[in-house]
Amino acid sequence: MGLVRWFHQLASPPYVYRLAGQLAPWFAVTAGLLLLTGAYGGLVLAPEDYLQGDGFRIIYVHVPSAYLSMLAYMIMATSAAVGFVWRIKMAHGLAVSAAPLGASFTLLALVTGGIWGKPMWGTYWQWADARLMSELLLLFLFAGYMVLRASFDDREKADRVSAILAVVGVINIPIIHYSVEWWSTLHQGPTIAKLDQPSITMDMLTPLLVMILGFTIFFAWLLCKRLQGEILSRESHARWVEQLLEGTTR
Amino acid sequence: MSEFLQMGGYAAYVWSAYGITLIVLGANIWAAFRNHAKMLARAQRENRLERSGRQPMVKQIT
Amino acid sequence: MNAFVLILQRDLRLAFRRWSEIATPLMFFIIVASLFPLASSPEASQLRESGSAVLWMSALLSSLLALDGLFRADAEDGSMEQLILSPAPLSLIVLAKILAHWAVSGAPLLLFAPLLAISFYLPAEALPTLIIALALATPTLSVLAAIGAALTVTLRGGGAIIGLLVLPLTGPVLIFGTQATEMAINGESALGPLYLLAALAVFAISVGPMAASAAIRVAME
Repeated sequence: MGLVRWFHQLASPPYVYRLAGQLAPWFAVTAGLLLLTGAYGGLVLAPEDYLQGDGFRIIYVHVPSAYLSMLAYMIMATSAAVGFVWRIKMAHGLAVSAAPLGASFTLLALVTGGIWGKPMWGTYWQWADARLMSELLLLFLFAGYMVLRASFDDREKADRVSAILAVVGVINIPIIHYSVEWWSTLHQGPTIAKLDQPSITMDMLTPLLVMILGFTIFFAWLLCKRLQGEILSRESHARWVEQLLEGTTR
Repeated sequence: MSEFLQMGGYAAYVWSAYGITLIVLGANIWAAFRNHAKMLARAQRENRLERSGRQPMVKQIT
Repeated sequence: MNAFVLILQRDLRLAFRRWSEIATPLMFFIIVASLFPLASSPEASQLRESGSAVLWMSALLSSLLALDGLFRADAEDGSMEQLILSPAPLSLIVLAKILAHWAVSGAPLLLFAPLLAISFYLPAEALPTLIIALALATPTLSVLAAIGAALTVTLRGGGAIIGLLVLPLTGPVLIFGTQATEMAINGESALGPLYLLAALAVFAISVGPMAASAAIRVAME
């Protein structure tokens, strides 16, 4: 069966390396086009908001960042879990590649959110907001995964121990989110303003969807590049790497 | 054009947000490419050493 | 079940032999809590406001400190490998070790917390709730700290990195614990947060040891 065979090939480093190398340029170009289009749509074409004026345009970088931070974590945790259970090194490689990207997106989401929050809701930060706390937790989880990995000399041990951490973190994300929400709804009144619009119009929504897609493909692009680096680092003594290098140096 | 740059008075906020986004995305691109190049160079070095029969000096993991 | 009791007895006996293991986290708790009035203000009104938060943060940090060496001593002298190889499930053994450690580090906290609470001018009516909340929260904290200890058992500089890994996970415990205390101070019934603390404790105790034992197995491979 074609699909099953393809799945098995995904565990093969030379196959994945080649595939990533072929996909990367396509992802890069597509991401670039989408991001440019989305940014133009968001900054120029979308009408100004009746409440927030032009300030709301930060949404076009903030929401995609937040979305990507969560997607990156799910990819990291899932592939780490797969790598742990089925002992597939490629899966751990994917998790390692996703981590720094995810951490960047999380940081970006927090910073752009704070910049957006200042003029709109009067403050850069709000401790009682469940989404902010979940996002902050996400940053700590990414950092913890990367730091824990770096503490081990044996790569396989590093893979497996940090995989456990990644999975434990997944459980905690909804817990933190709902506990803070429960806590804040008890203490804070309606002073936490949300994006209080009855619905978002199509001409505001479209650039947002384009930007989210653009960010996602950007993530896929850099995931490919990082995965290639990770594969080389793990397989540097393999025959296929030797042949690959001979191909480039000759 | 100036109205576009002004962003209805929110210029500082909107442009700093987009600016930081560009910087972070750009830094990620640079880091990912540099990582790939570094790993290629290291693999080349180790292969050359192996072919000449010598052991690689430092086996780095991460 | 036999293995559970045996490990529990062994660890308790070991702990009581080295009484400093009991005293250190407790002293840490008292000292940290005592430094807060120096750092902020000794005014009764101020202390009453921040008192519950200070107590909870101190309890959190001392739980973390207490469990740093939970697995390391056994890992270093080879007994951990014997425990891994034994027919008893490793998570049960881990649970016994956590329980022993909680008995000597978490439980004494329950005695001293009310004294500190009074020194922070917290009303006496809030004390029973505070004790119950701590009694429900410290097992969860112990389990979380044990997971951190298991992940870093073979690492040399274990202590600080445990904090980085575990403290973010303790958010909900902190939230519900302080909320219960605040509600009790205001004279309201704190049943809601207490139930949630209990739920977290049940969840942690049932799932945590499995994560910790998986981590120990991997670290000692």
